Amino acid sequence: MATENVALAAGGEGGSQAQADTQQQSSQARIVNDFSIQIATVNGSGSQSANSVLLKSIFRMGIPVSGKNLFPSNIAGLPTWYTIRASKDGYVARKKEIDILIAMNADTWQEDMMSLPKGAAAIYEESANLKQYRDDVACYPVPFDKLTAAVCPEAKLRKLVKNMIYVGVAAKLLNMDMAAVEPALRKQFAKKVKAADLNWAAVQAGYDYATANFTKQDPFVLEPMNETEGKIIIDGNAAAGLGCVFAGCTVAMWYPITPSTSLVEAFIEYAKKYRVEENGKATFAVVQAEDELAAIGAVLGAGWAGARSMTATSGPGISLMAEFAGLGYYAEIPGVIFDVQRGGPSTGMPTRNQQSDLLAAAFLSHGDTKHILLIPGSVKECFELAIEAFELAEAIQTPVFVMSDLDLGMNNWMSEPFDYPDKPISRGKVLTAEELAKAGGFARYKDLDGTGVGQRTLPGTDHPLAAYFTRGTSHNEKAVYSERPDDYVKNVERLTKKYEYARTLMPRPEIVANGTSKIGLIAFGSSDFATRESRDQLTKQYGLATDYLRLKAYPFTRELHDFVASHERIYVIEQNRDAQMLSLLKLDLNPEEVVKLRSVRHFNGLPIDARSVTDELVTQEGI
Amino acid sequence: MATTPVIPTPDAPRAVKTNRIGLQVLDYRGGKTTLCAGCGHNAISERIIDAFYEMGVQPERVMKLSGIGCSSKSPAYFMNRSFSFNSVHGRMPSVATGALLANQTMKALGVSGDGDTASIGMGQFVHMIRRNLPIIYIIEDNGVYGLTKGQFSATADIGSKLKTGVVNDLPAIDTCSLAIQLGATFVGRSFSGDKKQLLAMLKAAIAHNGTVVLDVISPCVTFNDHEGSTRSYKYMQEHDEPISELGFVPHFQEIDVEYDPGTTVNVQMHDGSHLRLRKLHEDYDPTDRVKAVSSLMSAHEGGEVLTGVFFVDPKKPSFTELLNLVDEPLGTLPESRTRPGKAVLDSVMQQLM
Repeated sequence: MATENVALAAGGEGGSQAQADTQQQSSQARIVNDFSIQIATVNGSGSQSANSVLLKSIFRMGIPVSGKNLFPSNIAGLPTWYTIRASKDGYVARKKEIDILIAMNADTWQEDMMSLPKGAAAIYEESANLKQYRDDVACYPVPFDKLTAAVCPEAKLRKLVKNMIYVGVAAKLLNMDMAAVEPALRKQFAKKVKAADLNWAAVQAGYDYATANFTKQDPFVLEPMNETEGKIIIDGNAAAGLGCVFAGCTVAMWYPITPSTSLVEAFIEYAKKYRVEENGKATFAVVQAEDELAAIGAVLGAGWAGARSMTATSGPGISLMAEFAGLGYYAEIPGVIFDVQRGGPSTGMPTRNQQSDLLAAAFLSHGDTKHILLIPGSVKECFELAIEAFELAEAIQTPVFVMSDLDLGMNNWMSEPFDYPDKPISRGKVLTAEELAKAGGFARYKDLDGTGVGQRTLPGTDHPLAAYFTRGTSHNEKAVYSERPDDYVKNVERLTKKYEYARTLMPRPEIVANGTSKIGLIAFGSSDFATRESRDQLTKQYGLATDYLRLKAYPFTRELHDFVASHERIYVIEQNRDAQMLSLLKLDLNPEEVVKLRSVRHFNGLPIDARSVTDELVTQEGI
Repeated sequence: MATTPVIPTPDAPRAVKTNRIGLQVLDYRGGKTTLCAGCGHNAISERIIDAFYEMGVQPERVMKLSGIGCSSKSPAYFMNRSFSFNSVHGRMPSVATGALLANQTMKALGVSGDGDTASIGMGQFVHMIRRNLPIIYIIEDNGVYGLTKGQFSATADIGSKLKTGVVNDLPAIDTCSLAIQLGATFVGRSFSGDKKQLLAMLKAAIAHNGTVVLDVISPCVTFNDHEGSTRSYKYMQEHDEPISELGFVPHFQEIDVEYDPGTTVNVQMHDGSHLRLRKLHEDYDPTDRVKAVSSLMSAHEGGEVLTGVFFVDPKKPSFTELLNLVDEPLGTLPESRTRPGKAVLDSVMQQLM
């Protein structure tokens, strides 16, 4: 018996308005380009290619689409679900309700079937006879094994090819354009022509079977649109890895941990293509570390010696990096740490989504330590803020955390193409030997311009006065060990000043306001998609207009204060139990503003959905 | 080019002694030590100064890295003109790794202690060795934690006594045997009180490219120099057993001394220097890991502290060489070499459509 049934979890989330998005079965009414498909399989069964082909075929039909892999922390054997959402309105958050089930996993298919709303459709293995459980769901039983055997003589490949049968069945039932499916499949298998041929035969077998045997009993269909032209599909980790390539990152040291692993792997893949010179030599170094302690140590060592360096990790790794993070803050060393957040505490839910490392990262380490956090809200921002993180780390001379999450990082998202960086790389206040000679020396931690940011030299700078002593012990302006109370206070006060200077450089929040609403919503990161959709639901279904501010960084900027001040009630929407972003806001806001804050939280491990946000808001508003 | 020593005469003005790059020994000095008078670490700092001065290494080309503890404070007491990073407890190897990735043209000198290495830092110590990171890693080994007032460290010998009478009932970790097994390419042990041996070993270490592990017995005069200690000056004077006698001919000096291949092993170092190891033990072979570990274990069983160069392999590529990096330091490459052009991004975008 599966213990992590996502279908059941989704069905059991409750909510007074859940049926609002449930499509009523009707043989007349057609529901076009607005539904979700859930494919239930067994982890390790190789369904990823089939799911990807289905997703990209819909994309090629010009229909806005998103895909989410809801998977267990397991290599093979446990149930896994992939959801695809087609949305003519461009909503890409997870949809709470499942409209079409493709049931391929014997361990869960009964539960999967039971959790469907009335009027849904189900494609399933014939022998499962799922019709016995529901008479209010459109049923399409398919003899998968028989069809697979007919197109795939090689027995050991059948497990994989079987998945393509459902692509064909779905293509027929959803009225998909086969001219969009074939190129999507051929691209998926790239140069493996034989594999592509075999899989295409399976798709056709499924299509033909559905044509010959099924009468359409559900309303869900796809029709070509023109909403995806010029758009790309990419996951947030690949986008961030690509960002590192264009940020001029030269050193990466990391320890594999879900869900951050694919970020560094993407960096490696892109860097091997685009950062190797004609003589075959690399302009980057990537080292797999023995643990996260070493990863962050190397990031700081490299940052100190002049490299743009980064690591990527998730919650447990963040915990291990705590001591070094404080050293980086106090010794003022640039470095970039990607935290692709997952469900905590402890090992928690390694393959589930949360935004629950905010407080840990903001104050990571002992003593008075505080950090800069950048929070991408889309794959495009994963790319852009990766670049910005390196800029800020060197401008401020401090570690910078990029707070992504599993939903953003590991799932495929449709996006506008990324823009080439519009400003040249700036390495911050680094003194050359010539500048040193001219100045007659320097004091590493002296504030010369009121920003709190001192000048630094890099190891190897060829001047007798270039060297200084980097340490985690207290020090004076000249980096000399000092426990004098005045030296200590002066130094840490300067760090506060520097943090305030950093505030002025932070990416500004995105604000959507009509100027008349009394209610303001605040969200960030991957909660943005559900929040946008929820705002539309609130307007259309409840006549409730809201303004919206999406945070992109911590420390907060002036805009946040203005937004809170100009609204009566503020709902902070986030994916953690303890309302962590709201806690950070409380620290910054005046007491009369703090009382305006209300919390909408979603932390069951599934990506947040609009309906849950809407229901919670409506309840709290007493509508 | 050898430096001819100038012998001052009473009537001639005293000529300033300089090394082959024209620097005085003063240029290699550091701040005033805050360690205890008589601490072995201070003697090691002196030898480091001598070695880098005599080898004529430009101080600005050196990175000094350390962890936490008495030993790790010592980089403040030598070579002020070198770049220094006093990091966190036991994790200097990772900082050094990052720094060398950013700039593989620098010479890295790590100073650690027995607690910093063999307890809290064991994880990073072994992985640094496994990678053959090009660093001189010195363990200033006194068998106790000094800054916290004298607890045993993991290199303390079984049966040795604290001042309070507490007896160590756990076996010592032999950092040298471990280093040899894990692939370190230069492993030796010395004693802070043996000026000649330590200096020669440090000079050879400078000539090496790869991980050098030097375990230097360095008595703690405050917490571990008493009767019953196996890290005291007295114990070392009685039990120091050199496995070989070291001679070092730097690459910039002409070789003018013959040696007998029957009694002396000649090792040509990475930079062209020569390390001459005159055998004091019958089966000494510094190119054989198995023999080296075996000698260490037998000596330990016999209650002797074996010193000298136990193993050396000047040919194995260092970690930074394995990475096939561009010749210039990665950290300071210009934007034109670290940010691909717009056409590259456009083509990546095209592939994602």
